[in-house]
Amino acid sequence: MIHIDPWEKTWVYIVGLLIVVMLGSILYTAFANSIHPPSNVETIDSASLHLSKEFAEDNLGVKTRADGSVTVTMVAARYGFYPQRIEVPANTPIRFRIASLDVVHGLHIPETNLATMVIPGFVSEVNTTIPKPGEYPLFCNEYCGLGHHYMWSRVTVTPDTTTN
Amino acid sequence: MNNNAKPVGLALTHMWVAFAVFLLAAVLGFYQVLERAELIPALTWDEGYYLSVTAHGVIMAFVFTTFFIVGFGYYTAATSLERSLWNPPLAWAGFWTMMLGVLLAVYALFTGQATVLYTFYPPMTAHWTFYVGAALLVVGSIAWIVIMIVMTWQWKKDNPGQPVPLPMFGTTTNAILWLWTLIGVAVEVVFQLIPLSLGWVDTVDVGLARTLFAWTLHPIVYFWLIPAYLALYMFVPKAAGGRLFSDEMARVAFIMLLIFGLPIGFHHLYMDPFQAAGWKLLHGFGTFMVAIPTLITGFTVIASLELAARLRGGKGLFGWLKALPWNNSMVLAAVLALLLLTAGGFGGMINASYAMNAMVHNTAWVPGHFHLIFGGTTVIMYFAIAYYLWPSLTGKTLYSERMARTQLWLWFIGILVLTLPWHALGLMGQPRRIASIPYDTPLVQAWDPYEYGMVLGGVIMTIAAALFVWNLFMTHRRGAAAGHREVEYAQPVHPVLKLPGPLNGFALWNWILAVYMIVDFGAPLLQFFFIETFDATSWGW
Repeated sequence: MIHIDPWEKTWVYIVGLLIVVMLGSILYTAFANSIHPPSNVETIDSASLHLSKEFAEDNLGVKTRADGSVTVTMVAARYGFYPQRIEVPANTPIRFRIASLDVVHGLHIPETNLATMVIPGFVSEVNTTIPKPGEYPLFCNEYCGLGHHYMWSRVTVTPDTTTN
Repeated sequence: MNNNAKPVGLALTHMWVAFAVFLLAAVLGFYQVLERAELIPALTWDEGYYLSVTAHGVIMAFVFTTFFIVGFGYYTAATSLERSLWNPPLAWAGFWTMMLGVLLAVYALFTGQATVLYTFYPPMTAHWTFYVGAALLVVGSIAWIVIMIVMTWQWKKDNPGQPVPLPMFGTTTNAILWLWTLIGVAVEVVFQLIPLSLGWVDTVDVGLARTLFAWTLHPIVYFWLIPAYLALYMFVPKAAGGRLFSDEMARVAFIMLLIFGLPIGFHHLYMDPFQAAGWKLLHGFGTFMVAIPTLITGFTVIASLELAARLRGGKGLFGWLKALPWNNSMVLAAVLALLLLTAGGFGGMINASYAMNAMVHNTAWVPGHFHLIFGGTTVIMYFAIAYYLWPSLTGKTLYSERMARTQLWLWFIGILVLTLPWHALGLMGQPRRIASIPYDTPLVQAWDPYEYGMVLGGVIMTIAAALFVWNLFMTHRRGAAAGHREVEYAQPVHPVLKLPGPLNGFALWNWILAVYMIVDFGAPLLQFFFIETFDATSWGW
């Protein structure tokens, strides 16, 4: 067998423990708290979004469902998110559904975990709640062409009136 | 070893190409940081910015690294095995293929027909010369892979039962890693992007393209990093005046980089909708495993340094640090590289974290992270390797040792001044890859001071880049003739006389890797043929 110094062996055990703790916390949050990255594997024909029921222009925007939770339907296209201004309540489950009309885009509301890539041919879905009311930008964070940095929207998070 | 037998011309030619394009890309980087800070309104130019970002990324990540690694590999093979290079004409054919590829890509880039960034995600499409150029760069590097594998195989045949010298074992690991790595992007470029750019097909499946790119995108960083680790193992202990703490653990680390470095690319796809959560979790698992060889390397290298310092009379728990030969550029670079690796590794753990990644994904944090770990750890060791090899390659003493030390410190400081604010900007939500900051929202006002900090970092790094190339140029041109210095490799504390087969060869690991790759990429790739997917709209981008 190979020669390993006892100190190095101890170090390898410490490293192993470190990895177990880190992977353990990830597995715990994934399965106990159901925290997963957006992974819904749902296809859509980006060339005919306007003909689809969900992503036709008239159906975009914020809708409140019977249980009080909110669904936001959006389209990303060079160089904007449509609708360009939305209002959602704080502390309320939000389901974001978004599709790209053209190239790859990314969506992120800073200081929240509301983030996903928007890939032509697929519907991205993110479920989250935003705890803090305020004015937020919603940025495109994947290079989508020479106007990439002009691609952003405004999100107003209103104080949640139902719980107060 | 007889100097005529060393592939000096090959090594020097490859490395000069690497360092010349490095300087060009460094200047482009400085332009970008200055343009984006909006200090000089006349510089604001969206088209120029994105063209520059594409050229900077392509050159630094693909051209600079590949030429350096190939040239360094040839020299390491000949000097560590003490035999002349196998098939130099093949090596030169590889070099010219790579050069042709670079010229084609440069044409597309600098005529503004390939402003697709270095990740070239479809359906955005560049001129066909960009993809054919990239393909030729990869094809040329295959000559190097073949030569490394053949030389190791021949040496093993001539020395049955003997351990392959560690420098060559590491270099061959890297050649095999690169062979596995390039498959993903090669399939994407040949079957999707070249046909798309030539108009043979109207559009492509973007999910499939991104999955193939992810195959390559992670292990390629180990292709860049392994030469830096090699220097830490094979040059640093000797330069510090000691021995390598453990030869066997170095081999274990290389093998682990090969096995765990490859099947983990989906941590680049955590935020993508077309792969299911379970696959991402599986790749996330491997991503944490790959921290192990890095932590082993840290231990072995620091233990080697401590051993050397104590041999030089160093005392105390940390007092031995004072006894290190700080005026030796190899030792200095190693310490600075390990410090940057610690900081960068910490950030990497955050990126790798399956769910936490959402907070930093595609923000300025990400380029901050990879500049710290690639520009920091990896490139600083490339500098040290060049300073060490230049006298051996040119037969002249280094033009200025002092300039070399100053340059390493400047680069180290510059990297920190550049990347710490960059990370902070990411946490404040700044998206990556933006030419200017047109957002009219209060959050954005807090970004300014960090932007200015980055400009200062850019100034320092550009000066350091110029000093580096100047020192090498003056050595080559004007250095005092001193005869070709021999390359000296560190000896291990415990000489390795016999090794178990798996630590002296790759057959077993290739089989394991084949199974691991099929498990990790098989279904995720095949799904695009089983489910009904829609290609991107074919309007031409």
